[in-house]
Amino acid sequence: MHNTAKERTLWSIGILVVLLYALIPVAWITSLSFKTPEEVADRKFFSGFSFDNYDVVFSDDTFIAALINSIGIAGIATLISIVLAAMAAYATSRLDFTGKTLILSGALAVAMFPPISIVGSLFEMWRAIGIYDTWIGLIIPYMTFTLPLAIYTLSAFFREIPWELEQAAQVDGATPFQAFRKIIVPLAAPGVFTAAILVFIFAWNDFIFANTLTSTDAARTVPAALAFFTGASQFEQPIGAIAAASVVVTIPIIIMVLIFQRRIVAGLTAGAVKG
Amino acid sequence: MAQITLEGITKRYPDGYEAVRDMNLAIEDGEFVILVGPSGCGKSTALRMIAGLEDITEGELRIGDEVVNDRAPKDRDVAMVFQNYALYPHMSVRENMGFALKLRKTDKAEIDDKVMEAARILDLEAHLDRKPSQLSGGQRQRVAMGRAIVRDPAAFLMDEPLSNLDAKLRVQMRTEVSRIQQRLGTTTVYVTHDQTEAMTLGDRVAVMRSGMLQQVGSPMELYNYPLNLFVAGFIGSPAMNFMPATVHGESVKLPIGEVRLPQELREKVARAEGKQLLAGIRPESFEDAELTGEARDRGSTFQAKIEVLESLGSELYAHFTVTTDQQIESQELRELAEDIGGGEVPMAGEEGRIVARLDPQSNVRVGQESELWVEAGRIHLFDPEDGRNLTADATGPAATDGGGEQPAATDGGGEQPPPTQQQ
Repeated sequence: MHNTAKERTLWSIGILVVLLYALIPVAWITSLSFKTPEEVADRKFFSGFSFDNYDVVFSDDTFIAALINSIGIAGIATLISIVLAAMAAYATSRLDFTGKTLILSGALAVAMFPPISIVGSLFEMWRAIGIYDTWIGLIIPYMTFTLPLAIYTLSAFFREIPWELEQAAQVDGATPFQAFRKIIVPLAAPGVFTAAILVFIFAWNDFIFANTLTSTDAARTVPAALAFFTGASQFEQPIGAIAAASVVVTIPIIIMVLIFQRRIVAGLTAGAVKG
Repeated sequence: MAQITLEGITKRYPDGYEAVRDMNLAIEDGEFVILVGPSGCGKSTALRMIAGLEDITEGELRIGDEVVNDRAPKDRDVAMVFQNYALYPHMSVRENMGFALKLRKTDKAEIDDKVMEAARILDLEAHLDRKPSQLSGGQRQRVAMGRAIVRDPAAFLMDEPLSNLDAKLRVQMRTEVSRIQQRLGTTTVYVTHDQTEAMTLGDRVAVMRSGMLQQVGSPMELYNYPLNLFVAGFIGSPAMNFMPATVHGESVKLPIGEVRLPQELREKVARAEGKQLLAGIRPESFEDAELTGEARDRGSTFQAKIEVLESLGSELYAHFTVTTDQQIESQELRELAEDIGGGEVPMAGEEGRIVARLDPQSNVRVGQESELWVEAGRIHLFDPEDGRNLTADATGPAATDGGGEQPAATDGGGEQPPPTQQQ
């Protein structure tokens, strides 16, 4: 595509700039995580190289518990959110019913509330009904805040799927649910995975809810747990350990994206219809 | 296998628009019926109502002996071939064809057998494990057919299945569809806007316009005895020529001259004496006057200046222009022209183009005044107000249809104003 040498050079420079901009902070954190406490402030990219910080992180029960909480809570929130969003998106993209616009704009309105504005009342409510500091207490707000985005993403994908496919399935003898499960969902897979990644990242990265609605290892997720990190002893600055923990929590996200990205292949619907 | 009966089928949308109006049609077991009409005439809607993809507002639909108005598509035992094929892109050809059987929980070995058999009929054996995206247009079309065939349903419903193929493949597949239908003997309803397809494929053809059935009959009946102006103009290619006409005693006055009518025609149009009518003459009702031989007495000759000659080897089309001073106003004709883009009629002082199909032996030359001949017995005369064909009324041959047991086609005349909105 970019045949001339000049074009190629410009593209390379552009890509390099973006990559540096995006990756330097990550590289810096990674570099910090390998330093000993004495080297932390030396302002050098490469100084020492030790796994001490990782040892500290993984021997810390709080961190292990937080990691399990994070994986569990984000995973369950993603699953429920995607299942609900898929059904809602299907309904809004295929059916004409009264109150459709109300539901769609309502969903959008939910997403407009800044989390910080409702977190206080949630704290009181959750304590009153007894789900404060539990998994479900975090799953509910994560689901609520990610559903609108998931619904909008998925309905865009559903609208792309020719309606005839579903009708063909119905004439072939499928119930509406079978047509949805066997034809629509597999074809909307790229959309489902896109939405899943977005939901998972939101839940995984959230700090406000996790910090406010938890108090112990029972439900505290990694971002909140990092704030309470002390390092190997309370007399040390836990910078290296926090950096190591940050690297550790980034890895699941990268794995998640890599797995799902393989499924997000364009043109999955190619060949369904002509014209 | 079953017959399909439509009784008073009407589709009315919430905004009051009627896509299909009081449609009566009885399709015999094993029959191949074509629904044909210009776009927006309600033919696809009618098909989709049979499939169960559209609700029926009024009327009764029976497949076999059962009323199926309120049954879901899956419980109607019909298979449908969609215009855009609607193949499941994430499934292989084999899975596509076996999907319906799998849903019915048919035995795995039996599914394989049936898919293989269908693949053999359609020459798809080599492609069974490929995905639809790896197939050519014609192959996809055959997979769509295969998906219908494996089910061995009560009826095939086909919604313009060939319209996405290129011209050559379309002709080829047309023969194929016809062959498969004959081999399986399954009742088939086929929707198309292409009158050539309709004429070549169907046992019977149902012409629709503005949601109303115009005429049902064998292709030759529709061609030779169209009940109204619309059917006359829609069926046949090149289209029928239209020109103003008035009946005076034994002859009809046309822009090309006076033509003496045979006794049979004269009786039919006697009541329209002196009235402004529309004459319809098919291109092949003309001939080079020199080549008419014995038939010459059955028609009249006239002079025409040939403007364009198109020779196709086996046939020769001569284009010429006629002028008229007769004033004519026909809503029907104007709508016909809008619907199918043809059917020009010379208005007062205007010119109208006429196409004549001549014997390729003819010596006519471009730019020359030539003597042409028109066969009087094959002139159709229409009432310009309601479009009714006066020469093919109830006593005419058009009414003797197969046994005439099916509900007669409505005359489609002007008793109801045509809907103003089209889709």
